[in-house]
Amino acid sequence: MKGRTGLADTPLIALALLLSAFGVVIVYSAGQTDLPVTYVAGAWKRQAAWLVVALGAAWIATRASVRLLEWLAWPAYLLGLALLALTLVIGTGAGTAATMKGWITIGGVRVGQPSELAKITTALMLARTLGAFREPPRSLLELWKPALVTFAPFALVMLQPDLGSALVFVGVFFGMLFWSGVPWPMLLLLASPGVSLVLAFSTGLWGAWFLLFLALVFWYRPYVVEGVALVLANVAMGVVAPILWDRLAPYQQRRLLVFLDPSRDPRASGYHVIQSQVAIGSGGWTGKGFTEGTQKRLAFLPAQHTDFIFSVVGEELGFLGVSFALALFLALFLRITRVAQRANDPFSSLVAFGLGSAFFVHVLVNIGMTLNLMPITGIPLPFFSYGGSFMLACWLAIGVVARVSAEGRGRAGALTA
Amino acid sequence: MSFHPNDVQRRGQVAAVFFVVVFAVLLGAFFRTQVLQYAQYELQSEENRLREVPLPAPRGTIYDRNGVVIAENLPGYSVSLLSPGTDSLRAALRRLAAAIPLSPEQQDLAIRRFRRAPNRPAVILSDATFEQVSVLEERRPEFPGLIIQASPKRHYPDGVAVSAFMGYVGEITEAELTQPAFKGYKAGQQVGKAGLERQYESRLHGREGMRFVEVDARGRVVREAGARPELAAEPSEPLYTNVDIALQRELVRLFGDSLIGGAIAIDPASGEVLAMHSAPTFDPNRFVGGIPAEYWRQLNTDPRRPLFNKVIQGRYPPASTWKLATSALAMEHGLATLDTRMPVPCTGGFQYGNRYFRCWEKQGHGNVTLAQAIAVSCDVYFYQLGLKLGLSRLIAGGVQLKFREKTGIDLPDEQASRFPYAIDYYNKRYGARGWSNAVVLNLSIGQGENDQTVVNMARFYAALATGGQAPRPEIVRRNPERSVVMSLTAAQLDGLRRAMAGVVSAGGTAASARIADVTLAGKTGTAQNAQDPKNDHAWFVGFAPMEEPKIVVAVMLEFGGHGYRAARIASKVIESYLKRPTTVLPRQEAE
Repeated sequence: MKGRTGLADTPLIALALLLSAFGVVIVYSAGQTDLPVTYVAGAWKRQAAWLVVALGAAWIATRASVRLLEWLAWPAYLLGLALLALTLVIGTGAGTAATMKGWITIGGVRVGQPSELAKITTALMLARTLGAFREPPRSLLELWKPALVTFAPFALVMLQPDLGSALVFVGVFFGMLFWSGVPWPMLLLLASPGVSLVLAFSTGLWGAWFLLFLALVFWYRPYVVEGVALVLANVAMGVVAPILWDRLAPYQQRRLLVFLDPSRDPRASGYHVIQSQVAIGSGGWTGKGFTEGTQKRLAFLPAQHTDFIFSVVGEELGFLGVSFALALFLALFLRITRVAQRANDPFSSLVAFGLGSAFFVHVLVNIGMTLNLMPITGIPLPFFSYGGSFMLACWLAIGVVARVSAEGRGRAGALTA
Repeated sequence: MSFHPNDVQRRGQVAAVFFVVVFAVLLGAFFRTQVLQYAQYELQSEENRLREVPLPAPRGTIYDRNGVVIAENLPGYSVSLLSPGTDSLRAALRRLAAAIPLSPEQQDLAIRRFRRAPNRPAVILSDATFEQVSVLEERRPEFPGLIIQASPKRHYPDGVAVSAFMGYVGEITEAELTQPAFKGYKAGQQVGKAGLERQYESRLHGREGMRFVEVDARGRVVREAGARPELAAEPSEPLYTNVDIALQRELVRLFGDSLIGGAIAIDPASGEVLAMHSAPTFDPNRFVGGIPAEYWRQLNTDPRRPLFNKVIQGRYPPASTWKLATSALAMEHGLATLDTRMPVPCTGGFQYGNRYFRCWEKQGHGNVTLAQAIAVSCDVYFYQLGLKLGLSRLIAGGVQLKFREKTGIDLPDEQASRFPYAIDYYNKRYGARGWSNAVVLNLSIGQGENDQTVVNMARFYAALATGGQAPRPEIVRRNPERSVVMSLTAAQLDGLRRAMAGVVSAGGTAASARIADVTLAGKTGTAQNAQDPKNDHAWFVGFAPMEEPKIVVAVMLEFGGHGYRAARIASKVIESYLKRPTTVLPRQEAE
């Protein structure tokens, strides 16, 4: 530490600050429309105020030692689950997702989305569970603990129902399994029922996948019981999928279908994706100019300050602006990976990488959605999408990663297994 | 698990490579969308935000032969609505109906217009009043898709007086939109529906311009101008007609409110149409901006048929006016001169076979020459002259004189006159034994299978007035077209004209129609008709001055009684034309 007790990982904080500033600026632009004045016009001020609050929270997070976090993991995790359960009872919808129960509202004021908090607490809990492993798992069954830790919040969020946030838990789970050293064939086998489920809609694709999966089973030779169970699970998913399909809410079905074919319903769900693509595509190399995006100004772009905020970047700042934003995100992920590499102990390392995975899923799904590479899941873009509790959660995560970085800095190679 | 530094190092590298690859894929996707497919998305974005608002082109001004305006454009306003869909248009119309009077029919019409062209503003009122416009301007924020557009509206200063040849304009119909003649036209445009307005539609229409307004996702107008440069409307060239509006007014005045019929005045040398009227008629100004339903119903149920043009569409037995054709044919074939007398003098009738054919004059005309027979219109003389000619020569001659043709006047919907094409016509119509040679008697006095339009009779008399050449009647100035229809010597023609002058002098059938100082020549006709046996159609076709004819006038009064009534109108028109103070400049100087 070269004599300094500073807790700041300067590149990490700088990247997060740059992204946040960029985000507030784009939220400002998102409010500049030709419509009669809406509350979006002043959103950037509230976003900036939240950023200040979030920075304060992040600073507090950096004061908490990793050991304290490890100790807090259990109670925090349980608190997160309790809040998620509470949300199912008293939760309310908001904005474009008015039919979901995702928000805790007190006295008419939406306080926050417990799922944002649960993402962090689940990452902590998973780090604790996986960090306790002495040997790499030889069978899938050995992974029941982390699987259960992930499944509880996943199921509660799915019940809201909020497919997008639920996917984040899955992403964090797999990211942390990878980081804890679970061999990739095992990860693939673990994911195989999910893949079967997604591919079940096309018999041909599913068949191809199933053959590939069988080859993997014979090559990797898991325990016989597990191998049979996996094969059965994959077959079941091919059969169960249609049943599950029927149980999805109509809007969820529509969103999935529209993801597969956006021209299916150009006036409703597909309309959003098409307008987003038109906005981004019409930006060209350099964009239409800051605040000048016509798709945004004239309200063709939906949710331009939340879910589709990256389309505003694409329309107004063009390919160059998009490249800059993507470069900042990539740099952030590389930096977080580096922090995880240099962490003092498995718990710290897993926490950093787990939070990084959560960021990554958010960025990938949100930005992919604007170009129709991902289904519309209503998942926000870190540091950009307007929303107080989400900004707070993002900076809390950055604070934790910064603390891990501070404790591990200069002590590379100190990790023990 | 393995958290050996080497393992962590390797996993970190794998993760970094994974992140870089994923971001490279994302960047590639953005490159494809923003750089490679830029043109396509740019176009879509423009189509999203811009709506075309048509700028109607003013229709061409129409002038009379002296440069007087007979059709012009007045400043007007149209009100239309931009809307993203039928439902929101319906809602907007309901709100609009609270501000200005808007009948359910008008609302339905607007919705039909919208469905035909959803990207164009749906016209609500094509001719809004100033009051309506100011009310809407005041409350504009309540109606986000509202477009108020200066829109020139057609006006005819002489109104009903010009309707017979002017026609009227109206919104293009769905049926018309599918016709090749209206290729390139768009729903909601005004087009000529009848008369000159329709005949010269392509010249009068001009080219519609276009301006672009910027709208938001809900179709609200955000910016009225400057979104994209507008394309100005191109007004059309003016149209110069041969009509003499002063004469036209006089003709219409002479018809008054009670007479039914048609009249046309042409210059015999060029075929220029100086005046033309069909009575009763309609007010073309009331068609502008949508004809009131009540007025339309009235026009269509009136038994006098105001929308039916009695000059170019009505076909009537020409009666005695046709005796000049019989005369000219007989002279052409050398069967008679103006001094020839017939074997049987007129005693008020003529026995042919087992039938007795009456002369209109029960007392009889005695032994008359051809010239006298024309002056007194002796039927018995012409029965015999017709028999002398024979049916086949009479029919062939009639065909050669163009009695079964259209005149080619530059108006739509002209009807061809009816006349047998050959003897075969009777065989086909009545069977080979179903008719007798007696038809020649009827034919020779202008009755029978012979129905002529007023304009065709005028053309025939123009040939008589000149050297036997029938001109094509022209309302709009074009290159005159004439064709020789009879081959009589100048002396023979002069003799016929003198005989016709006898009609309008003491002892003639239209003696009361004389004009002081000018020799008027012409022929009356009193046509029996099937609709009303008691009231004959009254005809007069004539020209003046006899020596060097400047004007030919044909007048036909439905159920007008004796031909001298028509003659009085014709003579007053001619007098008005010939005795007018010559202060009015010819058209060329007036321009």
